[in-house]
Amino acid sequence: MDEVGKVVRDYITREYLQEGDDREITETTALISGGIVDSFSMVSLLRFLEKKYSIHIPAEAATPEAFDTVQSIEALVHRFQRTEVSV
Amino acid sequence: MAFTNTVRNCYQTTIEEIKAAGLFKEERYIHSPQSSEIEVEFPVGSTIKKCINICANNYLGLSSHPAVIAAAHAGLDSRGYGMSSVRFICGTQDIHRELENRLTAFLGTEDTLLFPSCMDANAGFFEAGLGEQDVMIADRLVHASIIDGMRLCKAMQDTYKHSDMGHLEEKLHEHQDKRLRLVITDGVFSMDGDTARLADIVALAEKYNAMVFLDDSHATGFIGRTGRGTHEHCGVLGRIDVITTTLGKALGGASGGCVSGRRELVEMCRQRARPYLFSNSVAPVIVAGALKVLDLISTSTERRDKLEWNTKYWRGLLKDAGFDIKEGDTPIVPVMLYDAKLAQDVARDLFDQGVYAVGFFFPVVPKGQARIRTQLSAAHEKRHLDFAIEAFRKVGQKHGILGLGKKELLARCAA
Repeated sequence: MDEVGKVVRDYITREYLQEGDDREITETTALISGGIVDSFSMVSLLRFLEKKYSIHIPAEAATPEAFDTVQSIEALVHRFQRTEVSV
Repeated sequence: MAFTNTVRNCYQTTIEEIKAAGLFKEERYIHSPQSSEIEVEFPVGSTIKKCINICANNYLGLSSHPAVIAAAHAGLDSRGYGMSSVRFICGTQDIHRELENRLTAFLGTEDTLLFPSCMDANAGFFEAGLGEQDVMIADRLVHASIIDGMRLCKAMQDTYKHSDMGHLEEKLHEHQDKRLRLVITDGVFSMDGDTARLADIVALAEKYNAMVFLDDSHATGFIGRTGRGTHEHCGVLGRIDVITTTLGKALGGASGGCVSGRRELVEMCRQRARPYLFSNSVAPVIVAGALKVLDLISTSTERRDKLEWNTKYWRGLLKDAGFDIKEGDTPIVPVMLYDAKLAQDVARDLFDQGVYAVGFFFPVVPKGQARIRTQLSAAHEKRHLDFAIEAFRKVGQKHGILGLGKKELLARCAA
């Protein structure tokens, strides 16, 4: 897990786990298919990533699959960081 | 495009996937009026079975009340069967406005607008009331119809952890740059039966200059000392900006819903809410029945008091029998089983014992939170609940789950 992954993991723990929920979030924990993040509350994670990394993630890329693990979110951020740089 | 075999196969595959996932829903045919005792045909074609109904939203037992039926008959005779129109063309009768005024008085708001259902009220309100410069901040466990309504609205969406006031405050603080802020909550949450921390929500909304939206469908008519709803229960009557609620549960249980609240917000719905503008008026027979319901519950608290007694009694019976229930004081009493298959098996066995209750599991509730949701009614007599608890005991013994907590139940299912 790189620095982006750690930031994402910390945000998910803070934003989505209820008080007393001691589940550990790892790189491969199923976030959406595992019921930790739902598609309704996923928008705050999207907004957090866009603000934190000054990137724009278009709606067609913000799929439940792309947001399903810390690993896949990490890859998504890196993909759009590269896009922003190349633009 | 013709409905070719390829198209048919496409749908059949999806339906098979729903079945394989254990999410296929089947209707059970009821051959009697809605009540605490019903006659059920299930599966289709089987002998009709008499059951105690412990899963209806018939909180006040008014669905088949003789006075409501008589009023509905009179409404049918005096105002006809249907309006054949939306409200603003030629679909508004004097009794539609009379019901809106009566609901306004009952809920303690400024104005009310009827919708074909509360689902429609929730689908229509947000788009009509908010725009791109605004933000909606919803409790994460609000009803699905609110989520659908929010998705139709251009305002920014955000959520806060269920009933977590610290998290809500963070969100309100974060969105101070928006033109309008709206905090959105259910009054009583339909799956867990817990009550919103409405006094705290209102205090935060006032501190951060936000409006409050309350869906009180599982509260109107029976929560609060005189049944006005969660805002009465929490001591914030007159301080909620928008209330949506239904006529389809405690208030007679037929259909219809409303948006009730600040005059300008209601007017925005009248002008712009698409489910109001493009759906037929609530049928006169339902309006007449609902007016009688309001007569009954405005003059006496007898039914909500009986419901309160039944709720306490039933919660006590379940606990004494060794079931793991969600704590609370509302007539929604979830019996926690945690495992989806166990919830389905228990519901089936209860039906065999003459008790009609339904298992709920993911995606209706979070994974690992499967349950039987029981709901009380003022139509339940003590003997109904005594019969039901015997059935629960027998089924609990059969599955070896009495006296077990969450960890033990999950371990038992994993074994």
